[in-house]
Amino acid sequence: MTDTYRVRRGDSVENCNAVHFTFDGKSYQGLAGDTLASALIANGVHLVGRSFKYHRPRGFVSAGSEEPNALVGVGATQSRYTPNLLATQVEIYDGLVAESQNRWPSLETDAGFLNEYFSAFLPAGFYYKTFMWPRTAWKKLYEPVIRRMAGLGRAPAEPDADRYTQVFAHCDVLIVGAGPAGLAAALEASNSDATVILCDEQAEMGGSLLSDRSASIDGMQAAEWARAALDELRKRSNVKLMSRTTAFGWYPHNFVGLNERVTDHLSNPAANQPRERLWQVRAKEVVLAAGAIERPLVFTDNDRPGIMLANAARTYVNRYGVVPGKQVVVFTACDSAYRAALDLKAAGAKIQVIVDLRKSVSGHWVDKARAEGIKVRSGSIVRGTSGRLRVKSAQISNAQGGDAETVACDLILMSAGFTPSVHLFSQSRGKLSYSEELRAYVPGESVERERSVGACKGLFALEGVIESGARGGRDAATKAGFSPRGERSYTVSAQSVGADAFIGSVMTDHQAEKRAWVDFQNDVTAKDVRLATREGFRSIEHVKRYTTTGMATDQGKLSNMNALGVVSKQIDVAVPKVGLTTFRPPYTPTTFGSFAGQSRGDLFDPVRKTSIHSWAESQGAQFEDVGVWKRAWYFPQVGEDMHAAVARECKVTRESVGIFDASTLGKIEIVGKDAAEFMNRMYTNAWTKLEPGRLRYGVMLREDGFIMDDGVVGRMATDRFHVTTTTGGAARVLSMMEDYLQTEWPDLEVWLTSTTEQWSVIALQGPNARKVLEPLVEGIDLSADAMPHMSVREGRICGVPTRLFRVSFTGELGFEVNVPAGYGRAVWEAIFAAGKPYGITPYGTETMHVLRAEKGYIIVGQETDGTVTPDDAGLGWAVGKAKRDFVGKRSLSRPALVREDRKQLVGLLTTDPKVVLEEGAQIVLDPTHPIPVPMIGHVTSAYWSATLNRSIALALVRGGRSRMGEELSIPMPDGVIKAKVVDSILFDPKGERLNA
Amino acid sequence: MLSPAIMRSNALSPMQSSSTTAASTTTLSILPDAAKLVFRGKTEAIEAAGAHFGVKPSLEACRFAAVGGRSVHWLGPDEWLFQAVNEDPIEVFGGMSAALQAQACSLVDVSHRSDGIAVAGPTAALVLNHGCPLDLSLKAFPVGMCTRTVLGKASLLLSRSEEQVFHVDVWRSFAPYVWQFLDEARNLS
Amino acid sequence: MLLINCPYCGSRPEAEFANGGQAHIARPADPMSLTDDEWAAYLYMRDNIKGLHHERWRHANGCGRFFNASRDTTTDVIKRTYRMGERPEAEHQGAKP
Ligand SMILES: [Zn+2]
Repeated sequence: MTDTYRVRRGDSVENCNAVHFTFDGKSYQGLAGDTLASALIANGVHLVGRSFKYHRPRGFVSAGSEEPNALVGVGATQSRYTPNLLATQVEIYDGLVAESQNRWPSLETDAGFLNEYFSAFLPAGFYYKTFMWPRTAWKKLYEPVIRRMAGLGRAPAEPDADRYTQVFAHCDVLIVGAGPAGLAAALEASNSDATVILCDEQAEMGGSLLSDRSASIDGMQAAEWARAALDELRKRSNVKLMSRTTAFGWYPHNFVGLNERVTDHLSNPAANQPRERLWQVRAKEVVLAAGAIERPLVFTDNDRPGIMLANAARTYVNRYGVVPGKQVVVFTACDSAYRAALDLKAAGAKIQVIVDLRKSVSGHWVDKARAEGIKVRSGSIVRGTSGRLRVKSAQISNAQGGDAETVACDLILMSAGFTPSVHLFSQSRGKLSYSEELRAYVPGESVERERSVGACKGLFALEGVIESGARGGRDAATKAGFSPRGERSYTVSAQSVGADAFIGSVMTDHQAEKRAWVDFQNDVTAKDVRLATREGFRSIEHVKRYTTTGMATDQGKLSNMNALGVVSKQIDVAVPKVGLTTFRPPYTPTTFGSFAGQSRGDLFDPVRKTSIHSWAESQGAQFEDVGVWKRAWYFPQVGEDMHAAVARECKVTRESVGIFDASTLGKIEIVGKDAAEFMNRMYTNAWTKLEPGRLRYGVMLREDGFIMDDGVVGRMATDRFHVTTTTGGAARVLSMMEDYLQTEWPDLEVWLTSTTEQWSVIALQGPNARKVLEPLVEGIDLSADAMPHMSVREGRICGVPTRLFRVSFTGELGFEVNVPAGYGRAVWEAIFAAGKPYGITPYGTETMHVLRAEKGYIIVGQETDGTVTPDDAGLGWAVGKAKRDFVGKRSLSRPALVREDRKQLVGLLTTDPKVVLEEGAQIVLDPTHPIPVPMIGHVTSAYWSATLNRSIALALVRGGRSRMGEELSIPMPDGVIKAKVVDSILFDPKGERLNA
Repeated sequence: MLSPAIMRSNALSPMQSSSTTAASTTTLSILPDAAKLVFRGKTEAIEAAGAHFGVKPSLEACRFAAVGGRSVHWLGPDEWLFQAVNEDPIEVFGGMSAALQAQACSLVDVSHRSDGIAVAGPTAALVLNHGCPLDLSLKAFPVGMCTRTVLGKASLLLSRSEEQVFHVDVWRSFAPYVWQFLDEARNLS
Repeated sequence: MLLINCPYCGSRPEAEFANGGQAHIARPADPMSLTDDEWAAYLYMRDNIKGLHHERWRHANGCGRFFNASRDTTTDVIKRTYRMGERPEAEHQGAKP
């Protein structure tokens, strides 16, 4: 196809460079610099989508990011497919593959179009009213059907092949928008030492200047001046220009999110280019120069392909050299449409008539139109249109009604004035005020360090826009602490288009409003909005949710003011009193990839590994996630499943020796003359009398009396403790300790240092542990007399320094070898080699869990859930009763914490020893009790114990310690399991083994 | 009786070979092992510690001082990191603790807690800014500045030793993540 | 992302900080002498201010210090930050629930 609607050279396209692309499988040709929209229009294509609810044929309404209709899917492959892009923003390149959405089987013959014939049944609130009953039908019937019919693009079927990054940036002045105001602001602000970032969502900077063929600045044509200004800015080293970069969100303290589209416009991006870059900019001062968005007029059948905003058509003609139509009807409530009509006429289009809502019209542009022989019909409206896939005619009548005249056309331009883009200002929590004159909200008082300039402030005359931009730029640089050098003046020659505007529906006949569209994308009509008010909705926030107006992906950029106008008129309440919907980021849809940035795949989260990890990997260990740590779970040998591996690991450890990587345990070194006093206050235990060289199991509570953490603590010297915490609790415990130290007890002479990652911890457990270790250790007597259970010694192992703990979490004779982490793997391998003659086995967290459960040792977070006291957990012995105070002590005597029927830790043995209970299962007394069955506790741990050759479990049971021997029930989906309450220590209750 | 001398391993050594080789102007390299001690304590004590160590610790926030291979980084108002490149932690710790016996302070050997990365090149700051939210311009983050901060989802100690050279000190288990993060960032920037 | 002025390190992005809840709630010197209600009030009762609120922050990924900030909960404007042990300049504003 040739581009027959390309009438001349456009400023933004390179005429010599043909570009080939496909749309819905059909090949087209455009020019380098074209958007998908301008290229399709050049080829006479206006039908580009189907509406959301009624599947009505839709075409281009705009030429920018406010586009509600022209949503397309782009990408030749699934892994590079993006749905819901705006054809008005997509830049074409050779090989671009685009498709329309929301149509089946094709754009021209769409089955969903039938919806429109039922439109009488789909009024506002239809979904709320209709699909409420019967409840069960929602999931099975309504939702699947609605989902098939409605919805926008399809999700790609493969993972995104592109990469995305995020960058933090800082600048003195951030300027959002590179139209006339933004350019002037940048020229002024950067005429100082201030660092300036100027960003614009379009491929080419210049904003409205690029579409302006009548104005001139400093003796240059507007677009030419914009390009000269950009050249000048480019030369300044303190300026960063960012095109294709949308400022999508404002976050507190002048933190603005910018999304830069890096490769979407390239047919062959370099391998090292991310697709998008999310800039998180902290700006000392911000200049908002976001411009304004033209408003559609609301009249019957205003949504046919070929009906577009007047200044969008002006952009297509002036920037891209394409006329969107050759027979044009213009419908307007302001002067700017006259200017557009004249530009189209100059490009060869025939202007049939300009229909003006206003009673009397005059001024430069009106006079000029008349002088050029264009028929102007004031006090009139377009009250209907015809044409199924493309507009064919307009019905024109007096605004009050009367007979209609039908005028043939292939393009209708509309303009109700401009709506300033106050989105970012509003997101910054600035207060908006309503301008009766502009029929729009404009920025009022600022909360953050920003100022609005130009059209987004409600200024539409070019001279005023540039002046406002320049002043804003100087102000921003000055407030950021710089002195702009000299003021420059701008000679602007432009004719004003005034500020007339209209909001609401132009129709006097409300019956006809059922096809007068307010929100194109969500298919909301003036009638729907009116219906909502008749049904009692007054606040625009409620009307919005009830009708879904403004809730589409364009967030009501075109529709919000018109919806407000309809509501205001209907309930006869001034617009500001009706309210305004909240502006929320992102300004335009932003990809998930951009928000995820580098946080995907391997970099989604840090994966913490111990220095022994690589050894476990080489042995074929299976790993489990513990927080962001990877821990060896079990070490299966050939032919073993998890059950067999764990059973073997348990057996070997109990009978000979096992080795376990405990390096992830949190560690804190507590040093200072008040170290013991601090320990007394932080832990339930008493520490004063613990001698250097001894270990103690410590329990830490929160101030509310519940167990927060536990761990073994070694006293290395009178003023030095080696504290261990749970793996997951390390950071939390250190933070809480710092909190008390800094805020409650700053007088204590004690300091904390995290040593979690300083030490590798190798646990060696089992009756042969001493024999394995002895030959490797230097300077420490490991004998039972010299080094009893719960003691610590410093010396060397394999030639490197060690803090050797004699401690057991298995109930066996055991040691924990702490060595500097860089030596961890080497020492581990040496111990493992030394253990070979004893049949040593490495074991993982699963075996560790089983062995400790056999001994009734708790795991914080498994036996405890934030509501468990030391007494509940059977740890009353660890609470220093004589201590005057410690964190959580006072809470332990609150009435709820001393009740006798609190849940207490007990052992559970199933009647059938083969049945292993499920962790988390609820425990009841009488399973035949009618639902709801009172629950008296839950299973916290349950395993197969190879040692005891039966299943074991720990549980928290109401009044559990007084239920010894009682049989309880655990109802499960396939039957009730019976279990007997027993003591929580199931193996070697006297503890003879660990004292060996 | 004892096994032969054990070599110290660095959490980053496996990373070096897996790094991309694209032509980025920013380089990543592993810093040599060092004795690292965290000192926490009162002002008199830090002065004594500095005198013994041969480097005068900065009392100004977020600054480090260096003499040869020895440096002292300010970490907090009562916390400094003493580093001695390629020195034996046991010896450095022993000497320091003897010198500080009478002082109100804490000295803890953390030599194996972290590994170091040098990020060098004209775009080093930009690469770091892919995950670090600080203003790394020379004005805001001059040579001689150091601070704990974040990079992506990791916490680390960042210092600027030259205009185009930053040092990152990061806990062992986070070091591969930080390396990989920076490696990707330098290749996408 | 807020910009928070650490009294030790200067202005830093929120990502380096951890919020520590309402400020100026001192732990009672002798908890055991308190009634259950008094202790419960210390443990659980907090203001829910619309307006100026004094709260604790910790420069967790920085110097590690806890400090106080007076923040307007309606605008997120932080009027002042100050060290532990110092008093706020103005009292809480706004209606309590
Ligand atoms: Zn700080």
